[in-house]
Amino acid sequence: MPAARFAFPAAVLLTLALLWELAVWGFQVPKWILPSPSAIWQAFWEMRALLAVHVAQTMLEVAIGVSTAVAAGVSVAAAINFSPWLRRAVYPLLVISQTVPILALAPLLIIWFGFGIAPKVIVVTLFCFFPIAINTSDGLTSTEPELIDLFRSMGATWLQIWRKVRLPAALPYFFSGLKIAATYSVTGAIVGEWVGAKQGLGIYMLRSSAAFKTAQVFSAIAITSLLSIALFLSVFALERTMMPWHFQER
Amino acid sequence: MTLLEVDALSKSFDGSARRGSSSRIEAVVDVTFTVHAGEFLTIIGPSGCGKSTLLRMLAGLAQPDAGSIALQGQPLPDASARQGRFGYMPQRDALLPWRSVIDNAILGAELAGGSRHAARAEARQLLTLFGLDGFENAWPSELSGGMRQRAALLRTFLAGYDILLLDEPFGALDALTRRVLQQWLLGVRARFSKTILFITHDVDEALLLGDRVLVFSPRPGRIAAQLSVDLPHPRNEDTVLETDFLALKRNALAHLKL
Repeated sequence: MPAARFAFPAAVLLTLALLWELAVWGFQVPKWILPSPSAIWQAFWEMRALLAVHVAQTMLEVAIGVSTAVAAGVSVAAAINFSPWLRRAVYPLLVISQTVPILALAPLLIIWFGFGIAPKVIVVTLFCFFPIAINTSDGLTSTEPELIDLFRSMGATWLQIWRKVRLPAALPYFFSGLKIAATYSVTGAIVGEWVGAKQGLGIYMLRSSAAFKTAQVFSAIAITSLLSIALFLSVFALERTMMPWHFQER
Repeated sequence: MTLLEVDALSKSFDGSARRGSSSRIEAVVDVTFTVHAGEFLTIIGPSGCGKSTLLRMLAGLAQPDAGSIALQGQPLPDASARQGRFGYMPQRDALLPWRSVIDNAILGAELAGGSRHAARAEARQLLTLFGLDGFENAWPSELSGGMRQRAALLRTFLAGYDILLLDEPFGALDALTRRVLQQWLLGVRARFSKTILFITHDVDEALLLGDRVLVFSPRPGRIAAQLSVDLPHPRNEDTVLETDFLALKRNALAHLKL
């Protein structure tokens, strides 16, 4: 079954690449307008050593940014579930924060924090914070009241109720948010690099495109997608390890 | 020996705020009864008659408007003082989905700060009696409805309280499974010196399991009758067909039609 699940989209993808290759060759499209898949592969292979350096930089930004977003998102979610007053005050702000165009914010972050890694990490954090905070918060709200009643009737402390009921109950929601965040995160880092950086996939794309090395741009785009997919799959794997009960056949 | 004394307990809730009425809905009115150590008391009444509210007040999850609750002669006016004194089992089984059967069962000991290892060993010895052999490490989602109830009952029995408050533990089960579990509970009860308050809306179940039956009137819940069930033990499936049983049942039904 899993083999068949991947075989079909893979076949579609391969057919599309083949049509693409034939079209570029048949219509004699110049390489700087639209390179063929084989030319993209060639661009990747020639630049692989340099690409590795850029990928490492981007992934470092992603790692720090996502970790910060997890810490901040879970803390804010816990805080607004701790007090109804805080919830009323902060929840609307959370939603408003998400309406701010991060793309417009990125150049300002460069002005404020310079050309180092900090503004990129902040952009990744901004991209990832919201889905984690909102999902975790909804998860903490949705704890079954009967479970909390049971714990209270057993004389449990509020700390025990949080540790043994509310947090585990919110875990599936947290992972839904983390999966969304993981898919956003690489794009976030590239947006951060786009407006000014020394290293990273974003700046590699920008330089390649300025030099009309379109095949290099495409290879960097493909790498970005693959990294995002890899991140998504690792979150999925982590989810299965941490919540085996959630994936039981019912 | 009197273990639990409930005196003139009353409780009302706010009426629906949506309709703008400030009327109070009376859930429980002037309920007085005592429970002796080792007694199996069943409480029967129509849906919404305040039976669950009564158990919630005992368990310290709700506060009565009037009346008193005393355990072993000691009054417990504060809800927080009643928490951790009764083995309460909510209507649905309330098993933690992220814990295996055995780790659900040891919850009481764990919350009390006891050794999880020792608690697991104790729970393991009871798995056979509770029909959970081989399901020690299963997730609750893998169990049938009847097994989930037995796992929740194991947790309640193991928590170590003298009085168990069981809120319609078999209410959501199909009729056949329910009968099997009733017989099973009679057997389990014989092995433990527990005092049990058992809510049901099934007359047969109330009379078959109970030493005494409190019949509640429809809302507001009052005690309409207290019936002693002096049927001999052990009771079994045939008990419900005997003349004495049928006479009791006729009596209980008459009180339920208030």
